[in-house]
Amino acid sequence: MKKLTIIVLATLTLLGGLLLGAKMIQIKGSDTMVNLVQILAEEYMGKTPGSAIAVLGGGSGTGITGLINQTCDIANHSREWKPKEIDQAWEKGVTPRFFIIAVDGLSIVVNAKNPIEKLTMAQVGALYRGEIKGWRTLGAYDKPVSLYGRQSNSGTYVFMQEFVLGNKNYSADMKEMNGNAQIIESILQDEGAVGYVGVGYLYDQTGKIRKGLKIIKISKDPNGTGYLPTDKAAVDSGNYPISRPLYMATNGKPKADVAQFLAWVCGPEGQAIVEREGFFAIGPAHRAQNDKNLK
Amino acid sequence: MIKKKWANLKESAIRAFFLTCGILAVLVLVGIFATLLTTAIPAFKEIHLSEFLLKKNWDPTSPEKAEYGILSMIVSTLMVTGGALLLAVPIGIGVAAYLSDVAHWRVREIVKPIVEILAAIPSVVVGFLGIVLFGPAIAKIFHTGNGLNAVNGSILLAIMSLPTIISISEDSLNAVPPAYNEASLALGASRWQTLFRVKVPAALSGIIAACMLGMGRAIGETMTVLMATGNARAFPHGFLSSVRTMTANIAIELGEVPYYTTHYYALFAIGVVLFIMTFIVNMAADIILHKYQEREQ
Repeated sequence: MKKLTIIVLATLTLLGGLLLGAKMIQIKGSDTMVNLVQILAEEYMGKTPGSAIAVLGGGSGTGITGLINQTCDIANHSREWKPKEIDQAWEKGVTPRFFIIAVDGLSIVVNAKNPIEKLTMAQVGALYRGEIKGWRTLGAYDKPVSLYGRQSNSGTYVFMQEFVLGNKNYSADMKEMNGNAQIIESILQDEGAVGYVGVGYLYDQTGKIRKGLKIIKISKDPNGTGYLPTDKAAVDSGNYPISRPLYMATNGKPKADVAQFLAWVCGPEGQAIVEREGFFAIGPAHRAQNDKNLK
Repeated sequence: MIKKKWANLKESAIRAFFLTCGILAVLVLVGIFATLLTTAIPAFKEIHLSEFLLKKNWDPTSPEKAEYGILSMIVSTLMVTGGALLLAVPIGIGVAAYLSDVAHWRVREIVKPIVEILAAIPSVVVGFLGIVLFGPAIAKIFHTGNGLNAVNGSILLAIMSLPTIISISEDSLNAVPPAYNEASLALGASRWQTLFRVKVPAALSGIIAACMLGMGRAIGETMTVLMATGNARAFPHGFLSSVRTMTANIAIELGEVPYYTTHYYALFAIGVVLFIMTFIVNMAADIILHKYQEREQ
C-alpha cells in the first residue's frame, strides 16, 4: 500500500514537473490591450523557437486579480493599481513591477452624422455623468444623447471615471458594452451615440478610420485648441488630454523567459508593432524605467 | 449456495449504486444552495436587507458612495422575462395546437424535431442575432437610435423558451384522452371549438407547466441578455430602455470583483435571490404538472 502511494506521488510530481517545464507564459488582463499583446506574442513566438505565450482578456481588474492570485505571469492593465489591490498583493507576497509598453490615446467617438467637431474635457465629463441629455445643448443637432461605455471590469471604464468624470458616478443610463468593438458597432448605428474606445480600434483592416465614425477633437479648456487622439505629436506632448500608458505587471523581478519577452516588447521590434496597431510607442523616460525594472 | 450469495451481493451493489446516483443529485443541489447562502450572508453585515431589495441604485465601484440596491435589476429581469412570455406563450400554444391537431402527421414529423433543434442553439449565437439582426430592426421600427433594450432581450428569450413551451404543451395536448375529442365532435362541435373549448382546457395544467418551465429558462438566461440589452444600470423607464438583468450583472462583475469584499458577497446574494425566483417557478410548474398527472390516472 505504502509502495503504491509512493509510486502515485512520484508519477504526479513527474507529470507536474513536465507541465511546468513547458514554460507557457500566461498573460491576462486589459481588453484594450488584448489584441495588441496577442499580436506581439505571435510575432515573438515566431521569432523565438521554444517559447509559448497564452494571452487572455477579461479586463484590467481580471488581470490584476490574476497576478495577485498568481494565476498568470504578466498582468496587462490600462489603469494604475488601486491601493487596495497593492495591499492585497503584498498580503499574498506578490510584489508587482510595472512596465509601460505603449501609450494609448483614449478617443471619444460619435456617429458620422453628428455635426459636432470639438468637445472640452468638462463637456465629455458632463455627458458621461448624465448632465447633458441632448446634443442640442452642445450646439449640435436635435438627438438625445445615447451613452456607450465599458463594463466596470474594464480599465478604460476606471480611467475615464477618474480622469474625465472627476471621480464621479457614471450616468446610470450608460449602456455598458462587452468590449471596444461592440461600442464601435453600436455607434455606427446610433445617431445619438457617444462612446470611448482605444485608438487601436478606430481603424479598419486597411488602416483607415472606420467609415461612419467621427473622432472628436478634445481640448483642455473651453477656449483651447482641440486635438485628435490620432495626432501622435499631440499625444506625445500631452496636448491631447485623454492619453494613458498601457502597462504590463510582473510579480517581482521577471523570470528569464518573461524578461526576454518584455525586453523585446519594449525594444524597437515590439514598439514598431505597437505603432502599427495604432497605439503610440513609449518615450525615452518610460524606456529607462522599464530597463531598471528588468534588472 | 455461493452463486446465490454472489447474486445477492450483486443485486445489493446495483441497488446501492442507483441510490448513490439519486442522492448525489440532491446533494449537489443542497451543496450549491448552501455555498451560495454562506457566501451571500456576509454581504448583509454591511448592507441592510431592505436597502438591498428595495433601493434602485447599484454602483459598488462608485468613487462617491458604493450602493447596493438591486430593485432595478429585479424589475429588469421580470420585464424581460414577462415580455418573453407575452410573445412566446401565444405562439407556443398556437404551434402546439397546430402540431397536435391540425398538422398532417408528416408535417408534424418534420416540424417537431426542428422545434427541438431550436433549443440546441447556443445562447451566444442567439445574443449575436440580437446585436446584428433584431437590434437594428428594433431601432428602425421604434426610432430609438439603438436596439439594445428590453424588447430585444424579450424577443431573444422568447425564441429560447419556445421549444420548451411547444414541446411540453404538445405532449399534454396529445395526452388528452381521445374520448374527449370524439364526444365533442359527436355533439356537433366544430374542430376549432373542440380544440379550444375542450382540448386546451383539458390540457391546461400541462400547458401552464410548460409556460412556467419556459419562464424558468428565460429568467436564468445570461449570455443572450448580456449581449442584447445594453446593461444600463438605470431603473427601466419602459420596454424601450436599456436594462440590466440580475444574471447579466453577476456575469459582468464576478470576473473582476476583489474576493471576500462586500461587493463579492453581494453578487452571491443576487445569486440567492435569482435561485429563489427560479426555484419558485420550477416548483410551481412541478406541482401543476403533478396535479395534472394525478387527474389523468
